[in-house]
Amino acid sequence: MSEVSYGEVIDYSKAPPLVEGNPTLSKIDDSIAAPSETRPSKKYFMALGVTLTMLLIGVIALGYTFYYGIGMWGNNIPVAWGFAITNFVFWIGIGHAGTLISAVLFLFRQRWRTAIARFAEAMTIFAVMCAGLFPLIHLGRPWYAAFVFPIPTQHGVWINWNSPLVWDVFAVSTYFTVSLMFWYIGLIPDLATMRDRTTNKIKKAVYHVLSMGWRFSNRHWQHYEKVYVILAGLATPLVLSVHSIVSFDFAVSILPGWHTTIFPPYFVAGAIFSGFGMVLTVLIIVRKVFNLEYIITMNHLDKMAKVTLLVSMMVAYAYLMEPFMAWYSGDPIDWYLVLMRMTGHYALGFWVMTTCNVFVPQLLWFKKIRHNIGVLFVISLLINVGMWLERYIIIVTSLYKDFLPSAWHIFVPTLTDFGILIGSFGLFFTLVLLFARSLPVISMTEVKGVTEGAHPTHHIGAEHE
Amino acid sequence: MSDIEKNPQGGRRLYGITALFDGPEKLVNAAAAVVKEGYKNYDAYSPYPIHGLDSAMKLKRTYIGAVTLIAGLTGASLLLLFAWWTNSIDYPLVIGGKPYFAWPSYIPLMFEMAVLFGAVSTVAALIMVWLGLPRNSHPLQDTEFMKKISDDGFGIAIEAKDSSFDEKQTKAFLEKLGAEKVELVYYETREISLKEAVLDPKFIGVIVVVAIATSGATYFGLNKMLLLRPWTSLSDQAKVLPETRSEFYPDGFAMRPPVNGTVARGELPYRYANNIPAAEKFMKNPVLPSKHVMELGQRDFNIYCSPCHGYFADGQSRLQGQFPVPPSLHIDSLRTAPDGLYYEVITNGFQGVMPSYARQIPRDERWAIVWYIRALQRAQNPPEVADAK
Repeated sequence: MSEVSYGEVIDYSKAPPLVEGNPTLSKIDDSIAAPSETRPSKKYFMALGVTLTMLLIGVIALGYTFYYGIGMWGNNIPVAWGFAITNFVFWIGIGHAGTLISAVLFLFRQRWRTAIARFAEAMTIFAVMCAGLFPLIHLGRPWYAAFVFPIPTQHGVWINWNSPLVWDVFAVSTYFTVSLMFWYIGLIPDLATMRDRTTNKIKKAVYHVLSMGWRFSNRHWQHYEKVYVILAGLATPLVLSVHSIVSFDFAVSILPGWHTTIFPPYFVAGAIFSGFGMVLTVLIIVRKVFNLEYIITMNHLDKMAKVTLLVSMMVAYAYLMEPFMAWYSGDPIDWYLVLMRMTGHYALGFWVMTTCNVFVPQLLWFKKIRHNIGVLFVISLLINVGMWLERYIIIVTSLYKDFLPSAWHIFVPTLTDFGILIGSFGLFFTLVLLFARSLPVISMTEVKGVTEGAHPTHHIGAEHE
Repeated sequence: MSDIEKNPQGGRRLYGITALFDGPEKLVNAAAAVVKEGYKNYDAYSPYPIHGLDSAMKLKRTYIGAVTLIAGLTGASLLLLFAWWTNSIDYPLVIGGKPYFAWPSYIPLMFEMAVLFGAVSTVAALIMVWLGLPRNSHPLQDTEFMKKISDDGFGIAIEAKDSSFDEKQTKAFLEKLGAEKVELVYYETREISLKEAVLDPKFIGVIVVVAIATSGATYFGLNKMLLLRPWTSLSDQAKVLPETRSEFYPDGFAMRPPVNGTVARGELPYRYANNIPAAEKFMKNPVLPSKHVMELGQRDFNIYCSPCHGYFADGQSRLQGQFPVPPSLHIDSLRTAPDGLYYEVITNGFQGVMPSYARQIPRDERWAIVWYIRALQRAQNPPEVADAK
């Protein structure tokens, strides 16, 4: 009697291994350090060529903007915010997944985060850099940006502490600083490993400076781990506060479509959603290009997809609540705006946004789709498109119909607008590629710490940490 | 006891003994054994933090969290204090009808500053105080031991300064624990003379280059670059400045003369210029007297008329004797003259003695002056006094 096959039998009693194939610690180092120690492939240079071209387009568009002024953009009264603030909110949102993965999942002891945390943190930093660019260039004369800081000036007036725009400056710069430190603290042991691996004199000197003489001492590890927990604890409320404050830029004003209390949680959920979309996009590329499939496993992508699905439903809830509150409040202007979004001049954008952010992610309920890299990649791209459109729709539809019908004005972006948007993507991906080439994209230390047999088993309390 | 006495071999000073172990489990056991043996100045090294090692080494709890707490509270308080001082004391501003000290609006920033101060101080304290970094001169730096640890080694180093350290005994002890590789590590000896370092031509060369580059960049930036577009801000505009030639109009004038027959704002065509009889006959004061008009007339009279006519229009002025003395406006012929006379004289002057005031005084204010003159005339010539004469 032959055995009947019941298909793959899954043992649910234990979690899948975090690192596949049980590699030796040396092999982990070798494969993580490989991109920075070997000459990159042609594919890498082609990718860099593409991103640098995009960056160049952005630089040219910026040159145009600075030389001729903001008039090169589609912005005008009443749609004064246009692309610049759309891109700002979009990039800030992308930045939120990094801290979420590295800090929140760390606090929840989700140890699968180790393979993706470093990358997500780096993305946070690059995304916040892209984001910070936009309010700066939106000034037209970026050298006047100093006035957003409380500096004593000749005219004696200080900044307006009651303004969400000022809070924004503080929140985003705090977020950038803390993310950078979080990332750097995590990098120090890996930089020390790189220092001891490299034979190149210049590289060695650079790694020596950057690793600050880290020597893997357990007396150091003890404080180091504590600080990592403290930073994670600080970063978690910070990440929530930053996008809440970004949403205050809108919610504190009295425009229909902006003036709602749901905005802070709605923006935070949207930020995490778009961030996870972007992390998925980048990780799928990176694990392929740098052959890291056994560290960034299918299991990781699966979990990322599940989080994405969850956050997508939070976003969907906010999408439902917005029109409901507009209708329930009985405010005719609010209700008019809701209808305008769905049927007006920007209706196409609204429906594409709803499709990408609400309907498409529902496919992630199916395991087959979560495990199909091609489909997952397309879904992640669509999420990016949808989340960019969300910010665009929020900004433009609330503004273009001003309080007086005589002031109504359709916003039409110009080539310069698109040039700067493309440029910001160019900057982001160029930085991502350079990072992937020069620093360990995955935390060697943490991956070593989650391999099988990494910790003595007989110790009491060993499993608690 | 000097270092050289302790180390007879060529003046090299011993740092300690390192030992490598096979795997985390053995390291934890070895660390526990080292503690039991009574060593204080030792440390365990591993490529990642190992659970249970802290308790095996009997390390005390770390209190670095206190830094975060104190710095965080400081950050929040400083922000509150600063916002209060700037918005309520130094330059009080009413924003949105709220009180100067609108503390609820400061809460988001107090939180942000708490996080910023807390995080920066914690990291700075960790690196500089708790870890004693940056330090690239540690004897373990760049040793084979460290290279192994940073990859996949697990090791222990016992320092020579430990009171129970003895080169041979400690070495034997570590080997007995099952260490794979036991090695002596020495301090790197290098003579450094500060005086020579400062006079090093390389150092001086770098200083000179940096100085020239900095001053050059500053000069270029402040004197040249800032005068180029786009830094010129609003001073660089597509418009014709005063005293410059227009390229657009053939006559070169940027400002165009008004179309013939254009009436300026606040002015109407005046037909009785230099024709006092006609002005007397046809002009009537179009401005109605009111408190405002009288005050306007008084102000203008005191500014323009009083220097010659005097404050009471009697010709007794502070410029008396320097200019032709105008007649008193209280003589009968002038008191009975119609309003048109005064208006015409103010507008076009009188016989080359009094100049025209049309440029200084707008039309309605001239009429207000007329009202004020009338008031002066009545005040200076009350009816009873006139009768008595």
